[in-house]
Amino acid sequence: MKKFSNIPFKGTPEQEAQLRDWLRQNRDMQGVAMPALQKAQEIYGYLPIEVQQIVADELDIPMSELYGISTFYAQFSLSPKGEKDISVCLGTACYVKGAGAIMDELSKELGIEADECTPDGKFSLSACRCIGACGLAPVITVNGEVYGRLVPEDIPGIIAKYRD
Amino acid sequence: MKNVNLKINGIPVSVPEGSTILEAARLAGIEIPTLCYMKDSNEIGACRICVVEATGTRGLVTACVYPVSEGMEVQTNTEKVRNARKTTLELILSTHRKDCLSCLRSTNCELHKLCHDYGVDENKFSGFNPKYKIDESTPYLVRDNTKCILCRRCVAACKEQHVSVIGPTDRGMETSIGPHFRKALLDTPCIACGQCTVVCPTGALVEKDDTDKVWKALSDPTKTVIVQTAPSVRAALGECFGMPIGTNVEGKMVAALRRLGFDKVFDTDFGADLTIVEEAHELLERIKSNSVLPMITSCSPGWVRFAEFYYPDMLNHISTCKSPMQMTGAVIKTYYAEKYGIDPGTIINVAVMPCTAKKFEITRDNMDASGYRDTDIVITTRELSRMIRRAGLMFTNLPDEDFDDPLGQDTGAAAIFGATGGVMEAALRTANDWLSGGEGEPIDFSALRGTAPIKEAQVNLGGKTIKVAVASGAKAAKEVMDKIHSGEADWTFVEIMGCPGGCVNGGGQPIQPQYVRDTTDIKALRAKALYDMDEASTIRKSHLSPVVKTLYEEYYKGSYGCKRAHHDLHTTYVARKKYM
Repeated sequence: MKKFSNIPFKGTPEQEAQLRDWLRQNRDMQGVAMPALQKAQEIYGYLPIEVQQIVADELDIPMSELYGISTFYAQFSLSPKGEKDISVCLGTACYVKGAGAIMDELSKELGIEADECTPDGKFSLSACRCIGACGLAPVITVNGEVYGRLVPEDIPGIIAKYRD
Repeated sequence: MKNVNLKINGIPVSVPEGSTILEAARLAGIEIPTLCYMKDSNEIGACRICVVEATGTRGLVTACVYPVSEGMEVQTNTEKVRNARKTTLELILSTHRKDCLSCLRSTNCELHKLCHDYGVDENKFSGFNPKYKIDESTPYLVRDNTKCILCRRCVAACKEQHVSVIGPTDRGMETSIGPHFRKALLDTPCIACGQCTVVCPTGALVEKDDTDKVWKALSDPTKTVIVQTAPSVRAALGECFGMPIGTNVEGKMVAALRRLGFDKVFDTDFGADLTIVEEAHELLERIKSNSVLPMITSCSPGWVRFAEFYYPDMLNHISTCKSPMQMTGAVIKTYYAEKYGIDPGTIINVAVMPCTAKKFEITRDNMDASGYRDTDIVITTRELSRMIRRAGLMFTNLPDEDFDDPLGQDTGAAAIFGATGGVMEAALRTANDWLSGGEGEPIDFSALRGTAPIKEAQVNLGGKTIKVAVASGAKAAKEVMDKIHSGEADWTFVEIMGCPGGCVNGGGQPIQPQYVRDTTDIKALRAKALYDMDEASTIRKSHLSPVVKTLYEEYYKGSYGCKRAHHDLHTTYVARKKYM
């Protein structure tokens, strides 16, 4: 089941105005729910209940329907991204080279699971498919910065680097 | 329209172009099993129970969505078809919590019946068994996803009601049906209509069973346990005992209730007559004082809840009258208790209702005329049938008995409350008499009858023509409310019921299998039983009810809408937020 966080929502009035404007301009579009959620995610980075309510409200679409769409498609996230987004490649090569253990170590170190964000908003953790760096397997990226040929023991050091 | 000729199991059939194989088969009198299919509202080919072989197709096709073509030959009962259906059922069972012996839907489960028909091995696959928390958050229904087969019939029913508080979430093996963000049903704008429980093929959505509370009350010697039954219950209860749809079982129902041990068996019809005089009085007052119009009826707690969530700024249109159930409950614990010297604190009022929302209604504020709850326990028609079985009563063999006096007397006007348009018709009979100062005609307002979702009419009320409308089902309610809101409509009086067809089709009524629902107008048959009762009544106008007359003479000082009547028989509404 798709995870969602209980981290307090920090949307700004500007974000809300931007989303409502888009929704008002596009409310008559056929099949508007999907592009509306994409737009909302573009603005907020994820789709918490507060954001889905804005969409439901403007488009008169039931919350259950929006939630259904947002949990069906992998492109939608219900958890915010942290200041540092750690992505673990679970492509075939990385997986064979022990990416599972890397993921476990990250989970343990951060106290969160994949698709979650730490309560302080600092780190988020996710899994991704092959990023094309199989020669460096197993690979993680931290805000796009690549770390390869990892063993679990490397993880605390990498996290410490980003902690402050 | 052009017809298409095909053969099903060798039998020639001619059906309109565009028909599905299932529709063609039904015309030919051949039954193809279905689980997810609901005519018009859920034709999605999801469950794959209706698979058949057909020429010109690759593999098996789902009959419920596959269109017929000229010269097609369909086989619905080959070994390949039977094996496919059997395997599908076994796969469904692999994730189904099989507490079939005690499940509320035991003996009335569409999945169970098919599994039995196809001789399945219920333990063939021991698959992925997802854990779901049972949602018992509301006072009216229970959602148990461990019994859900993902047919989406409930989703379609909820959408038909224009509420859509539940829907499919997540995907693949993790797909489940539920509210947004895995909320409890209590935290959604669910209107409690219970239509989802009527369409669920299994026990995944059921009424909250309150029969244990009733049994406990009945065995408590310190309590006076009084039961009342809504008009629609007698028009449907017989179905639970194999009687034809639309059989009026009033006499046997009363006999059964007496044998269950209730101290008094009263009739909600009494409360319906009382509602009419209070409501007709309120209507005439509103017209006279140029107050908020149209006035809208308030009997249906599903409708009231719908209005509170979806039209919170229009609640002043709703009549302040309590529903017939709550009026009856209030009168039992005030007038009746006083008259017969019973401490209202020792009375337990049980109401048998065709409705799940009534279980919610009794928890509302301002529902305690005597200082105690107007009604203590609500059970649905289905729950009553289970009590009758547990008591070992041979229902069909029971004699016909009469309700107890004094709150067992009724008029024909009260009987038709259960059908869409009935409350309106009953109110007009009374208002018309009052305005014309005598025995007004007509008695029958035929434009207000029938099961259409919305009916409009111009009626003559004491020489003046007014426009009225009747809506049933929340979707129709929305249409009517939008017209009132925009000023497009100039109705004076509107009746709204939360369920399509009114109470006869309520969420607490006996469950008929989907193929019966697809092929029979159940609500019309049950409504006919009520109109027949009205026709057969000697008194057909609420204000002429002897017990209502006595009540006003003895208790409300002869005046409708007096202070005391207002305190006991009227209530308030509350604007609700859709999402917290």
